[in-house]
Amino acid sequence: MPNPIIKINNLSKRYRIGAEEKGDKTFRETIMDWVCAPINNFIKLRNLTKFKNNDLENVIWALKDISFEINEGEVLGIIGKNGSGKTTLLKVLSRITQPTNGFAELYGRVSSLLDVGTGFHPELTGRENIYLNGAILGMRKKEIEEKFDEIVAFSEIGKFIDTPVKRFSSGMWVRLAFAIAAHLEPEILLIDEVLAVGDISFQKKCLGKVQDVVKGGRTVLFVSHNMGVIRNLCKKVVWIDNGKVVQKGDVDEVVKDYEKAQMRQVDKSSYIIERNPEEIKNSSFYFNRVEIFNEKNERTTLFRYNEKLNLIIGFAGFPLTNKYSVEFHIYNELGQMVSMGASGSYHDKYFSSNVKKIKIGIGPLTFTSGRYRILLKVLSGGRYYDIWENAAGFNIIECQPFKTNHEMSVFREGACILQQSFDEIE
Amino acid sequence: MKLVIKPKKGLANLDFKELWYYRELFYFFAWRDIKLRYKQTILGIVWAILQPFIAMIVFTVIFGELANMPSNDIPYPIFVYAGLLFWNFFSTSINNVSQSMLRNAVIIQKVYLPKVILPVSSIVVAFVDFLFAALIFGGVIGYYRFIPYFEGLLLLPLLLFITILAVLGLGCFLAAINVKYRDVHHALPFFIQLLIFITPVIYPVSIIPKAYQWILALNPMTGVIETFKAGFLGTMPINWMTFGISSAVSIVFLILGLWYFLKTEKTFADII
Repeated sequence: MPNPIIKINNLSKRYRIGAEEKGDKTFRETIMDWVCAPINNFIKLRNLTKFKNNDLENVIWALKDISFEINEGEVLGIIGKNGSGKTTLLKVLSRITQPTNGFAELYGRVSSLLDVGTGFHPELTGRENIYLNGAILGMRKKEIEEKFDEIVAFSEIGKFIDTPVKRFSSGMWVRLAFAIAAHLEPEILLIDEVLAVGDISFQKKCLGKVQDVVKGGRTVLFVSHNMGVIRNLCKKVVWIDNGKVVQKGDVDEVVKDYEKAQMRQVDKSSYIIERNPEEIKNSSFYFNRVEIFNEKNERTTLFRYNEKLNLIIGFAGFPLTNKYSVEFHIYNELGQMVSMGASGSYHDKYFSSNVKKIKIGIGPLTFTSGRYRILLKVLSGGRYYDIWENAAGFNIIECQPFKTNHEMSVFREGACILQQSFDEIE
Repeated sequence: MKLVIKPKKGLANLDFKELWYYRELFYFFAWRDIKLRYKQTILGIVWAILQPFIAMIVFTVIFGELANMPSNDIPYPIFVYAGLLFWNFFSTSINNVSQSMLRNAVIIQKVYLPKVILPVSSIVVAFVDFLFAALIFGGVIGYYRFIPYFEGLLLLPLLLFITILAVLGLGCFLAAINVKYRDVHHALPFFIQLLIFITPVIYPVSIIPKAYQWILALNPMTGVIETFKAGFLGTMPINWMTFGISSAVSIVFLILGLWYFLKTEKTFADII
């Protein structure tokens, strides 16, 4: 019998969310509000930390009765859409925030990576930030000194090590930040969606590093949106939705069911999708709307093999940087990512921060018939502003590329159909 | 090592073993603040000297020359600088401490650490300023060929200790409140500015009727500054009564401030 190294028992966490302001006020009301503002503000702020049993209005349970165990040396994936409580769970387990009910027991030294580069200061040099960030993550000074050269080599920043990080490109910044995090050696490691940083080749390197950590027999709790990575790293998965455990078990089974549920959501959607405000959380810049068109500019979610698809995407909020790039991922109903694109990495196309509406053209769609969902990401310098899991869905309703009346579907004929020819030679 | 995570009522306990473990992080925070304090400035550390020095000149002109404020027969610049030395340490560090949670908000939201190390480490940078300002004090004394009572310097560690207790107490309280009510950020600089007038920096306590001097002593800095002036400059015999009251008030501040901080710190990450 393997030993559980983390036991989680009925863990719950309650948050208070701000009450909405009432619209349309009369002049008198406005004046009164203004006069009473200090008192109202005081009550509102005080209530942030006070909970009464009878007011359930502005209260949400970010976690509700979560229970599961993790054995020593296990790598457990946590999946679920944005706002489902994954990060809150990691925050509770890493003691950043307190649970409201329930308890968890952890047997070992815990490190958490909820973000890379926590506490990085722009004015400090790369070298100084390695020490500062390492210490914040719980490394000893001696440990940092020993691993210093390794960290610098891993980050590939070379001679810039003594330059203030404010002069770094955002890619370098992220690489340095991850390099430090990658050299943590706790017994239990809690990782939020931080692998999704930097360019693709660096992501691969990070993934390799995490795999080493896993092989080293350490216990890892791993939150990710990327089912490919989850399948790659984890044997067991917990699926969380609305703060509750939906399903836990072997990775293949849970991911399959999760994908099915995602597809069902897509089915319900149509060709104009408004963002559910609950998913946005505290992102400064986020998607708020997407529309799907075919190449004749008609709104539709139904496509035939080899047709083209256009997405019109709307944003809200203000990016903190002066440019951003956009990524799309297309998943089939088996949960495989069948295609993707990124404006920045592959097209060198960045949108300036005042652009609030963009169009992505995709196609020709050479996929087999079936249901597909599109995930959207908006990012700047390798850091994500927003990930929209189920941005849009579409169906390939007809896939007869060779006009033979034979329907080619995702279940039998694979993910996509390539140009092909069969010729006699002899 | 077993770690249990569950809802805790009441005070967070001060786990000294844990604080010892985090001593390096404490050191790194202090080091960061010192490094950053005068980054990208032309004058750099000279600012630490310039502020009390200019204040000394202004106060000397206005209060020493124009208002003819008594200074116990000591050159007024020396008299006022002795007060400013401690006063600046007090006001700078209380500002730092009360902002320490907000300035490190990102860290508080992303990693676990015993939060009490943040206010304590943010005093260190003010202490560095104090040391540089003290050098100039030596210069001022030399300029006036004034001979102080060097044995009074023996009191220095004790006086600094009392100041730090008061700063930590008040500062932790304000830092905790500041997390929830940002009013502190606006109110504090203003009140600190006023507070100097009820501290014997620019005037000696002796100009106040004896019967009311104890009220002034409720301000911890009164005891510290008066005792320093008495012991080092020899303005008058040390008033142990004033010093005692001020020290007691500092200790009460420390207990109350720390109590409030530890009581509320578990909610910081949620509402900051």
